[in-house]
Amino acid sequence: MPGKDIICILCPRGCRIKIDYNVDNSSVSNITGYGCQKGLDYGLEELHNPSRIITTTVRVKNGELPLLPVKTERGIPKDLIFPVMKEISNIEVEAPVRIGQIIKRNLLNTGIDLIAGRDILKYNGDEFPDKKKKGAEAPVIE
Amino acid sequence: MIDYDLVVVGGGPAGLAAALEAKKNGIERILILERDKYLGGILQQCIHNGFGLLYFKEELTGPEYADRFIKKLSGTNIDVKTGTMVVRINRKKEITALNSKEGLLFIKAGAVILAMGCRERTREAVRIPGDRPAGIFTAGTAQRYLNLEGYMPGKEVVILGSGDIGLIMARRMTLEGADVKAVLEIMPFSSGLMRNKVQCLDDFGIPLLLKHTISRINGKDRVESVIISKADENMSVITGTEKEIPCDTVLFSVGLIPENELSREMGLSLDKATGGPVVNELRETEVRGIFACGNVLHVHDLVDYVSEESEIAGRAAAAYIRDGLERREREIIVERAENINYIIPQKISFIDREREMIKFFMRVKRPEEDVRISIADGENKKLASYKRDLLTPGEMLVINFPEKLIKDNTEKIKMFIEKERR
Ligand code: SF4
Repeated sequence: MPGKDIICILCPRGCRIKIDYNVDNSSVSNITGYGCQKGLDYGLEELHNPSRIITTTVRVKNGELPLLPVKTERGIPKDLIFPVMKEISNIEVEAPVRIGQIIKRNLLNTGIDLIAGRDILKYNGDEFPDKKKKGAEAPVIE
Repeated sequence: MIDYDLVVVGGGPAGLAAALEAKKNGIERILILERDKYLGGILQQCIHNGFGLLYFKEELTGPEYADRFIKKLSGTNIDVKTGTMVVRINRKKEITALNSKEGLLFIKAGAVILAMGCRERTREAVRIPGDRPAGIFTAGTAQRYLNLEGYMPGKEVVILGSGDIGLIMARRMTLEGADVKAVLEIMPFSSGLMRNKVQCLDDFGIPLLLKHTISRINGKDRVESVIISKADENMSVITGTEKEIPCDTVLFSVGLIPENELSREMGLSLDKATGGPVVNELRETEVRGIFACGNVLHVHDLVDYVSEESEIAGRAAAAYIRDGLERREREIIVERAENINYIIPQKISFIDREREMIKFFMRVKRPEEDVRISIADGENKKLASYKRDLLTPGEMLVINFPEKLIKDNTEKIKMFIEKERR
């Protein structure tokens, strides 16, 4: 019978949960090793529907910063993590951006949106702190 | 000289929470000095989630966590100077700072809160021999390049140290297309949080090699490979176990040190175990009216605890300014047993009939299972005792000690950890 070992991440104990299941009807036949109810629920969720929230960045045009941190509003199925990263890598947004703003709807038809993680103002011209101008002369200090 | 009731040095999570709490407690003229261009400190480059579960009861990314405090701040009259570096603080609470717009600044403060945070230990701190080519970064520097500035630090990566930033960067670099070959940890256990080990390494099949270290870095202009070796329990390399791993990048995640140059210059004594100033339960240093909170005091694993601790300091600074603190005649010294690495606070200095609990933050030296943490008085009489299933050095332990157990004549309390008798 196939089994799956899952380390529970919900508390420092890190219980090793062992799940045996039937492939045919994907029913769980035996589950052991969890230390509490929360861990049991977590183990079953990890077996049936492992998903992760993706946090990454997208490029910003005319922003005071070159990158905007973003996150998926919910967990993305684990096997879609890299395809979704690829999709996100094509995105560029125009400043200003507000925290919580939807940057892209329905990533790869998952029904899950990509959300901005901070405010980024429009670059106002007097200072561009995190992107040095190419070829700018070094200041002369006398 | 500019005059403020309260000056907060550092605009990261600690400084923001402390300033807001002092404001909430009625202090009007508050100034935050931040050397970076933005508020939020290290949170701005920690784009992963997992912040705020305790403090906000929801899961936020680093920038989102920072934003909550920054938004609150913008609704107040708290002054902020970014791009401003504090170069000296003296015991009279006179601060010398500088920035490119105003030049040199002299500021007189009624109270000061030190919230300078911490910085990373480097290759030099752990003395890894070999060449000195490009491609060697601390994990946090690589994180800044990748998440804030938009540069990819490298393609084939070996990470030394299983601290949380190293684990987070293993995942981050993998998501951005790098091949993370391994994470090495010289100790027999991972120093990061369990959830980071599972979600950053196991999820991507990145091996964690315990009791391993880098014994040499090779490369002329750029890193070409590292030699890894097994290490014994004294953390010495075992000869004959060398293996070469080709790579172009090495990240160091080998611990954080509170950044206390300003405190040291002021003559504050530092606790060897924490690397931060010695404080009482209100996070006041040896100098009355100078407080410290957050990672400058001791390195926290959760920002939620930083916020909580900084609010203690913020409230205390407000009370100090209003002259509302009642000091004990004699301070109570907090002692610890050998297997406890450190305890914050190191002493109890105040009488406060309103508070019910004193909160202790502490760390053990080694993992301990099925234990009791006990607190005894000077005569070894047990005052309180707490059962814990598992303690690890990577997870800070929080103990709530009832105020009413402290007697007027208590001179010291001792904390120790014993195996639970079954
Ligand atoms: S199963 Fe329960 S006790 Fe075990 S790690 Fe998970 S939350 Fe902790």
